[in-house]
Amino acid sequence: MSARLTELDPSSSREPLLSVRDLRMTFRGGVRAVDGVDFDLAPGETLGLVGESGCGKSTTGRMVVRLLEPTGGRLLFGGRDLTRLSQRDLLPIRRDLSMIFQDPFSSLNPRQTVHQIVSGPRDLLTREQVGDLLERVGLSAQHAGRFPHQFSGGQAQRIGIARALASGPRLVVCDEPVSALDVSIQAQIVNLLADLQADLGLAYLFIAHDLSVVRHMCARVAVMYLGRIVEIGAREQIYGTPAHPYTRALLSAVPVPDPDVEATRERIVLRGDPPSPKAPPPGCSFHPRCHLAQDICRTSRPELRGVNGRQVACHLA
Amino acid sequence: MILQVSDLSVSFGGVQVVDGLSFSVERGRTLGIVGESGSGKSVSSLAVMGLHRTASVSGSVLFDGEELVGAPAERLRRLRGNRMAMIFQDPLSSLHPFYTVGEQIAEAYRLHRRTSRREARARAVEMLAEVGIPSPRERAGEHPHRFSGGMRQRVMIAMALACEPDLLIADEPTTALDVTVQAQILELIKRIQAERGLAVIMITHDLGVVARVADDVLVMYGGRSVEESPVRPLFKLPRHPYTRGLLASIPGSGRDAEGDGDGGRLRAIPGQPPSPPAFPPGCRFHPRCPLATDVCTSERPLLLGEERRVACHLEGATR
Repeated sequence: MSARLTELDPSSSREPLLSVRDLRMTFRGGVRAVDGVDFDLAPGETLGLVGESGCGKSTTGRMVVRLLEPTGGRLLFGGRDLTRLSQRDLLPIRRDLSMIFQDPFSSLNPRQTVHQIVSGPRDLLTREQVGDLLERVGLSAQHAGRFPHQFSGGQAQRIGIARALASGPRLVVCDEPVSALDVSIQAQIVNLLADLQADLGLAYLFIAHDLSVVRHMCARVAVMYLGRIVEIGAREQIYGTPAHPYTRALLSAVPVPDPDVEATRERIVLRGDPPSPKAPPPGCSFHPRCHLAQDICRTSRPELRGVNGRQVACHLA
Repeated sequence: MILQVSDLSVSFGGVQVVDGLSFSVERGRTLGIVGESGSGKSVSSLAVMGLHRTASVSGSVLFDGEELVGAPAERLRRLRGNRMAMIFQDPLSSLHPFYTVGEQIAEAYRLHRRTSRREARARAVEMLAEVGIPSPRERAGEHPHRFSGGMRQRVMIAMALACEPDLLIADEPTTALDVTVQAQILELIKRIQAERGLAVIMITHDLGVVARVADDVLVMYGGRSVEESPVRPLFKLPRHPYTRGLLASIPGSGRDAEGDGDGGRLRAIPGQPPSPPAFPPGCRFHPRCPLATDVCTSERPLLLGEERRVACHLEGATR
């Protein structure tokens, strides 16, 4: 086990806060949304999880905070296997895990005041504590009596962040925390998340499709395709010298706000759409869209292996 | 000039959401209209198309020399979908779930062309092939739910272009799509534009998309145009403080304070974009502007300049 751990994640030298091993989620109807995912997350670290819709990144995040029960694999948090704990033993650990959602409005109960939202169903916090949290996220203690519809999108997301901090978590799963916000507001929330991490030593699992935000936020990045991690490594490796053809295509597809770069750079335009996780292709699941695919890619599934300091699942890397 | 818009204003029930907008688009060129929520970017394009319903519209919209503001509804219906077409963010809500995509494209075509059903049907298949849908003859017989998001947007483009319009307005056409699919759709629009000399208005919040497709850019804030420029100079040297702030707030733009990817702080614009009933007086950006002075709080800045136009009191003073 420990050998595999270091082999899988050489860049993470600290004792991990979270170790995910062979995590799986098969929904009814045989949809393999997550199909054997491994990664480590150290205390205070940010790991970016990127990929397109249906790749399983949100499902992975939901399993980590136990909003979804995995159908296979293990989640080791602080050395304890969360998938084997009883609900009672899980309760104290749940305080260590929380989540920030994409849509600030649909994730806040419109009939609750900000105090009720932040304080949670058992109203565990005093007025002062809620006030402190609100100020910490850039709102004011006076906002506690208001309702979500009285706030803008950026402010509502701040309420969602205050709620996520209420239990004093060590790990926060951020599921597309800025993608529903206006461009000028996104930077405010990104800065807030960075400040909170520096102050509170939070570890983030940062799920996003916006690769430039991930590059800014995350020292390590994992790229998912059809339920599996196809490449994981340090930010400089993933963005500087991407090894998986999918990572390269993804990076080249993102429009850059610079017309000169856009006019000159090489772009890999993938054919077709991501395939359905209901019927994943045999072999490497990326092969039908891969411009480099060879015979071996159609028959044998590549495992993650070390290539130039990162892990990549590609026969040709 | 296929489209020339002058001093366009739109209001709903006395609330003005677009205030004195002027722009033009030529055949074969793409105008990018950038803005955040409440900027009026979508409303102004709907007004150009005559799709504003309850709004009151003033100013002038000249399409190929013909005035559209105040034109009879019947005349606008003849132009829409025929000589000017529009695609939206969410293709599924623009397609009818009951009919096959082939029937829908054929019907849109027959609305404007006197042809037989058979001919219209053939045209639908031809268009599906042109937008890159594999086995178009078979796919034409399928219903929209059988298509992925990217394929549905291709269907919308096929429908929009079936009558060979002169102008295509694309309102956030790739916002709901994955980046690799977005890249395909943007390539498709560019290719068809080059082949047909189509004029395109690309409405988006994404400055990366603008940098990729636009020839000219119009930046909207609070219902007004704050900066207009050819694409390269705009990105090289943005002049309006809002445009500068917007570009600087993008991670990795190279304009953020502490460089790229070091986890440093981004240069955020404080506050939030205003919404129409509460547009501030003077320059509408002044409550968020780091450079605002007294004049900015009371007087509306005029959009000045030739090739590049900027609406800022400090323009000229700061450089």
